[in-house]
Amino acid sequence: MKQFLIFVKKEWLHIWRDSRTLFILVWMPIVQIVLYGFALTNEVKNSTIAIFDQSKDAATTAISNEISASRYFKLVKNVHSYKEIEATFKQGKIRMAIVFPNNFSNDLLHSNHAQVQLIADASDPNTANTLTNYASSIISDYQQRLNNEQQLPYAINTQLRMLYNPELKGAYNFVPGVMALVLMLVCAMMTSIAIVKEKEMGTMEVILVSPLKPFLIIIAKTIPYLLVSVLNIASILLLSVYVLGVPITGNLWLLIWESILFTVTSLSVGILISNSAKTQQVAMFTSLMSLFLPTLLFSGFLFPVENMPLPLQVISNIVPAKWYYIIVKAVMIKGLGFSYVWKETLVLVGMTLLLLIISIRKFKTRLA
Amino acid sequence: MQSVVVENISKKYVVKKKATEALSDISFHVDKGEIFGIIGPDGAGKTTLFRILTTLLVADAGKAAVDGFDVVKDYKQIRNRAGYMPGKFSLYQDLSVQENLEFFAAIFNTTIQENYGLIKDIYQQIEPFRTRKAGQLSGGMKQKLALSCALIHKPSVLFLDEPTTGVDAVSRKEFWEMLHRLKREGITILVSTPYMDEASLCDRVALIQKGKILSIDTPKGVTKQFRKPLWAVKANEMYRLMMDIKTDPGVESCYPFGQYHHIVFKNPGDDKKRLEEIIQKGHFTNAEINNIEPNIEDCFMALMKE
Amino acid sequence: MQTEKVITAKNLSKKFGHFVAVDHISFEVNKGEIFGFLGANGAGKTTAMRMLCGLSMPSSGEATVAGFDVYKQTEQIKKNIGYMSQRFSLYEDLTIGENIRFYAGIYGLTDKQIREKSDSLLKELNMQEHKKTLVRELPLGWKQKLAFSIAIVHDPAIVFLDEPTGGVDPITRREFWNLIYEASSNGITVFVTTHYMDEAEYCHRVSIMVDGRIDALGAPASLKKDHAAKTMDEVFLQLARKAVRSE
Repeated sequence: MKQFLIFVKKEWLHIWRDSRTLFILVWMPIVQIVLYGFALTNEVKNSTIAIFDQSKDAATTAISNEISASRYFKLVKNVHSYKEIEATFKQGKIRMAIVFPNNFSNDLLHSNHAQVQLIADASDPNTANTLTNYASSIISDYQQRLNNEQQLPYAINTQLRMLYNPELKGAYNFVPGVMALVLMLVCAMMTSIAIVKEKEMGTMEVILVSPLKPFLIIIAKTIPYLLVSVLNIASILLLSVYVLGVPITGNLWLLIWESILFTVTSLSVGILISNSAKTQQVAMFTSLMSLFLPTLLFSGFLFPVENMPLPLQVISNIVPAKWYYIIVKAVMIKGLGFSYVWKETLVLVGMTLLLLIISIRKFKTRLA
Repeated sequence: MQSVVVENISKKYVVKKKATEALSDISFHVDKGEIFGIIGPDGAGKTTLFRILTTLLVADAGKAAVDGFDVVKDYKQIRNRAGYMPGKFSLYQDLSVQENLEFFAAIFNTTIQENYGLIKDIYQQIEPFRTRKAGQLSGGMKQKLALSCALIHKPSVLFLDEPTTGVDAVSRKEFWEMLHRLKREGITILVSTPYMDEASLCDRVALIQKGKILSIDTPKGVTKQFRKPLWAVKANEMYRLMMDIKTDPGVESCYPFGQYHHIVFKNPGDDKKRLEEIIQKGHFTNAEINNIEPNIEDCFMALMKE
Repeated sequence: MQTEKVITAKNLSKKFGHFVAVDHISFEVNKGEIFGFLGANGAGKTTAMRMLCGLSMPSSGEATVAGFDVYKQTEQIKKNIGYMSQRFSLYEDLTIGENIRFYAGIYGLTDKQIREKSDSLLKELNMQEHKKTLVRELPLGWKQKLAFSIAIVHDPAIVFLDEPTGGVDPITRREFWNLIYEASSNGITVFVTTHYMDEAEYCHRVSIMVDGRIDALGAPASLKKDHAAKTMDEVFLQLARKAVRSE
């Protein structure tokens, strides 16, 4: 036991004395949350628009007012020609322009056929899509109200609703994603680097030639990272609740235990990587390629898995972060209990056991 | 009692389908309490041999035992009783001197106090710096710390892989003095070195080159195997002298050796006369010719050529 | 021997904070001379050598290398010296030919010169058939000989050798010294550090640094006479034992 404790202590000293590592471990989650929260948000809020109103009648004024009153749009300019629209786009002042043709109201009321042109800056396709959707939705709202007043038959109403996240609030999406990412990186990458570092420095040679059991070496090396991860879970949750306003609707303890489970999964992945990597560089690269990217791509955090081609969907199942992401979303955002996530939990437990068995089995008690 | 027994050990490395023999059919034994030197240049297979004996590698063929325990089957027992100092400085650079020593004591289930007597002489020299990080120590001090860490569990056999490489002459001398004190404690020491002059400090040596043992004997015994007379020659122009001697068809070898050239003839006979002739012909001045006893390096070079 | 001075150092010093790594050293090295630069670990050899190679700015004192000032003309110095150390020398993942071409190229040799040089160099080292062999696959002794030949591929005035023969077998070590002698007889000055004291005997003159100062300077024979010693090893031990500081 004393052997074990002094090993853990030594591991702490390594982390504590390497200010760079410590910085990454403690600040990375915070920086990521803040980055995603404020800088990289895909929320549509106060998007700048211009309106080219050639009709200037009751209907166009009403629609314009409604659009600029919404929290999604901010009218920055009334323009008077197509040329001006183009110029304003080029200046980067607006993300969308709305063009009402001549006789808009007239057309709408008398020929039942009016046209609105939405011109969006599609260099960012996602935003462009969202913006046009919102604008269409506001316009069709208006149209619906008109229809109700006039009782016109045979009109098809298009209703647009953003399910689950009506405000398109990014935080609901990325907090679980960042948790998965950070835990994966901290646990898997850092442990694999820490173990490989001993190989590179030659200290592994001396430790192996001691009576210390390989199993103890592994556990002792992972414990400090497990603790750091718990700290990270806490800091991410506190930030998301108090800074980003994402509430924890479900059971906090369930969330924490699921997170610890995922931490252990990540740790075992890290040990597995360290078995085959010979240099810290390789360990880091392997972690990034085999963990960071798949987590980013397949967890559903950035791209919906359902939209992927079938082979990729199948692959996504072996990414532990996918299951954790589902669990966190269910528990934290939707407020569901264990009975809704037991299947995913079981998958994670299974993966963890498998990884742990393989990595401890494969841990080399010799150099080659 | 034999501390280390090596029987027909072979080890190959395969790099990109090309196999290189690191060790081929090596056999020797080391008696208890002996200082046994493995002498050979880099790439001779010294480190591979040490790793096999310290249970870090498994040999392709052959058997080896340390303290009576098989290096493959009983590796756990060996790990309890062997002390190992790898060629590369293998302590935690970011831990202090004392933290390193405490750590190694603890993983061997002992404490610094328990075996302090054994390391006292060595550790006292670095104790004033015990709060300094190991990475900031000088070469000589690092070496002393590494030796203390390898000794802290009172091993019965000590494996030192090139402990004096890159260390200056003064520190090397001190290090060997420490080894002789440890020998008096009854510890068996296997030490490897590329410095031929250190061979004379061992009880017995194995000269090793390209994975093969050239000779195993006491340092005196090795030099006795050198059968032909050896001549040391010096004169005013050493480089030209060597060139002239080498062009003589009767000369087997001529190597510079400090201020002398060491020369062996193919068919010894009137060696001195032949050397005098060369010197006369080349108009060398201040010439000096001596018949000398060979040293380990002479023997090593002669054996390499065989 | 010609008396043209290739290196002159006068009261050359280097301080790191309060630590005086090199303490007012003065010496001169002649053209074509093999100059042994000895000292215990931490005596200040590496720092002094770095200053002479134009890699580190002296704190005070004067020095010229190949006629160029170590403060102002470091670029010219670098063009006129060769450097080889035990640690850094060749690219392991390039072939012998590629290594030669690379180093000759960075010293600005023309294509024609490079071709001629690499042919003569390979011939001299008996490595013609191995031109396309990766350096990684060569024995250590070959690598070191190759590294030395490459260090003088641009015919520098001086070549600095930092422990060039560490760990090499005794025969290769002597073959290496043959290369040094040859370079010296071709007028290249050789500035060499070593831990092998018998190699100190091969130098024309030797300096021994202790605690940042040069405590002894002269031909091996005269140093031995001065210190009433039989070998350079004894001279070195006598001086180095006086050292108070370590790295």
